[in-house]
Amino acid sequence: MKTVTLEIDGKQVTAEEGMTLLQAANQVGIAIPTLCHDERLKPAGVCRICTVEISRGDWKRMVASCVYPVEEGLKVTTDNEHIRKIRRMLVELMWPAWTRVDKDLEPAHPRFDSGHPDCNMCGLCIRYCRQVLKKDVLYWEGRGVDRHLAYVPGMGKECVTCRQCFSLCTGGWIVACHGYDEEQPAK
Amino acid sequence: MTRITSARELAELRQKLAAERDKTKRWVMVCSGTGCVACKATEVSAAFVAEMKQQGVPETTRLRNTGCYGFCERGPVIVIQPDNICYLGVTKKDVPEIVKQTLLENQVIERLLFKDEDKKGIAKFAEIPFYKYQNRVLLDANTQLDPKSIEDYIAIGGYSALCKALFEMKPDGIVEEMKRANLRGRGGGGFSAGRKWETTRKAPGDVKYVIVNGDEGDPGAYMDRSILEGNPHSVLEGLIIGGFAIGANQGFIYVRQEYPLAVEHVRQALHRAREHGLLGENILGSGFSFDVTVHCGAGAFVSGESSALMTAIEGRVGQPRPKYIRTSVKGIWERPSCLNNVETWANVPLIINQGVDWFRSMGTENSKGTKVFSLVGKVQNSGLVEVPMGITLRDIVFKIGGGIRNGRKFKAVQSGGPSGGFLPESLLDLKVDFDELTKNGSMMGSGGLIVMDDDSCIVDTTKFYIKFLAHEACGQCVPCREGLRQALKILEAMTTGTAKAGDIELLEELCDVLTNASLCALGTSAANPVLSGIKHFRAEYEAHVNEHRCPALVCRDLVHYAIDPQKCTGCLLCKKQCPTDAILGERKQVHVIDYDKCIKCGNCLNACPKKFGAVSKAPGAYPQNYRPPVPAAAAGAEVRP
Repeated sequence: MKTVTLEIDGKQVTAEEGMTLLQAANQVGIAIPTLCHDERLKPAGVCRICTVEISRGDWKRMVASCVYPVEEGLKVTTDNEHIRKIRRMLVELMWPAWTRVDKDLEPAHPRFDSGHPDCNMCGLCIRYCRQVLKKDVLYWEGRGVDRHLAYVPGMGKECVTCRQCFSLCTGGWIVACHGYDEEQPAK
Repeated sequence: MTRITSARELAELRQKLAAERDKTKRWVMVCSGTGCVACKATEVSAAFVAEMKQQGVPETTRLRNTGCYGFCERGPVIVIQPDNICYLGVTKKDVPEIVKQTLLENQVIERLLFKDEDKKGIAKFAEIPFYKYQNRVLLDANTQLDPKSIEDYIAIGGYSALCKALFEMKPDGIVEEMKRANLRGRGGGGFSAGRKWETTRKAPGDVKYVIVNGDEGDPGAYMDRSILEGNPHSVLEGLIIGGFAIGANQGFIYVRQEYPLAVEHVRQALHRAREHGLLGENILGSGFSFDVTVHCGAGAFVSGESSALMTAIEGRVGQPRPKYIRTSVKGIWERPSCLNNVETWANVPLIINQGVDWFRSMGTENSKGTKVFSLVGKVQNSGLVEVPMGITLRDIVFKIGGGIRNGRKFKAVQSGGPSGGFLPESLLDLKVDFDELTKNGSMMGSGGLIVMDDDSCIVDTTKFYIKFLAHEACGQCVPCREGLRQALKILEAMTTGTAKAGDIELLEELCDVLTNASLCALGTSAANPVLSGIKHFRAEYEAHVNEHRCPALVCRDLVHYAIDPQKCTGCLLCKKQCPTDAILGERKQVHVIDYDKCIKCGNCLNACPKKFGAVSKAPGAYPQNYRPPVPAAAAGAEVRP
């Protein structure tokens, strides 16, 4: 396997080609907060909590470390004031649908109301159902700000017994729906 | 139709077609773009055919339904060649007169001409200011051919660039030429097309794709539509050349379903090209095979983003994916895919035919060639304009556009669609190219230019764009979905007079997250209208937030209508127009507005005759001495849950 060397927070790190920045950082004990990431699933890169700064000479930009592949000679900063500001804002935007964060990222006075306090749309349930269980019972309905989780009509009966995604749910929506109820379809 | 099997046969066919064309001494060109068709150009065209027959116009005068002329506002546009007489806003009733006077008696009808400032008619097409200052390299062909006819395209030199590419150049050479030409993507990003081609060419894999991005969704922009409608073969020719250079045998043309005429013309072009052997197996006997599929978009703005467009072609929901591995390397079905915008592809045959040096002679140092803009909004002459890169905004708005309508004052230009920014009067001398626009907080985008006068409110316009983006985004990533949701809420609060101190700073904070953390370019550029608005028009934002006042008197919740008792003559005109019976008063009595009933529709303002001018808009939700009725709950009435 080909390897590449990069610098994460000042440390020289050797990683296998094709790894993501998140994996490379975790491997040397540098923790990056994540929400929509799960080792068993293909990374989606949607919560952006794992945003880090990469640079090469004068050029720098923010990327999601869970999807960005390691590159030779890349310089990665996993924590600075700007990154923290972005993460804090992201947590605040989702608040209270996701509260399992470090004290440091917790908003002192949450200013926003997203209108969906029990789902942060991390998509873990959908992706687990599709990629691991191969059932595809859930899907996204609507787009943009109207996007929300929904059960494929008539397909969710087995959720009542399966419940494997319950432990993954970060907001509590899927648990609150208690699987699928024919009488009272999920919102 | 027999297939053309060699370059020589194509040249012979072209000679034959050109000779046939020369037999016609006079052409009546009827613009048949969507704009003119909406103004009943089809009717006018049919009337011409009937009338020419009836009045006995000689056979050497013929009619052609051409592609878009660009001056859509004054449609239908009729041009009589070779005299180049241009008639605007022609109706069915004018046709007999045109046939008699112009076609038979060689007289110009003054009434239908473009009028300059001194109300003098300008007969020649090329001398109308709207066209005079343009450099119509791409759009010129639109006006010379019938988009449904491949013969027309071949006769004016079409597919000769393809011959040159296939038989005189090597794929690597074409890519080198494209790189040297420095043609930058016309879809918005401005990435060098040549470099993109090179990446795809060098990417590992046997199966590669080339794609035309015709998902033009910016409000008020229609450059790609007019090219696809007016000259579909030029895009197709560019695509085939691209396929040959890159090593792809399959192309896709992604067109919006909302452009029925474009879809029809593209499909027809593909069909005709296949018939002629210009598409399919062994093109012109060169051994190169290439075919194209049309994919109709299902109406999602975000599908214009390259990776989203590719997932849509794959048959899934059009959603962008993280592009850290470029689509040029891993695109459709994980195969190298080179995607360019309609206008970019249409430039390719021109560069191959006329040479890189010719192309490089136009434009600025880092942005070469021309750019088609759709100039719309509060300008006198709106329509499609093609100008060399580096022209100033002032020239576009005032020379070509003819200045602001109704003698109002210029306020700003919004360039690049919903993801672009506002450019105020102080930046009017800005040289328009990719880098200058980006440097000033806007972007080229696909080329929309919306001109605003002092009657437009920046906050309200920004709210419109953010609302558009919030609903048209895919909704995958948190910064874009939630950030836009909150930004929209704040902007709504500003325009309804409920904004709090600190909201401007909060917007700026949200924009920082949007720009840095979003997954795709829709999110990262969504902050542009907000940030450029705050930068250049901060006072207007502050008035909305601190004083709950809309300086432009646009935001409905921050203005009220008032009737001046000195001027009102009691004519009842406004009263009749009021949908909620909010105007009190009888004939010859001064009218009064009942603010409890008024919904601020503005009908009264429009109804009041100019000579009286009694109705006006005024700042503040209500007049100063007005007391809103006490709500029932506060008065102690029982409140039911």
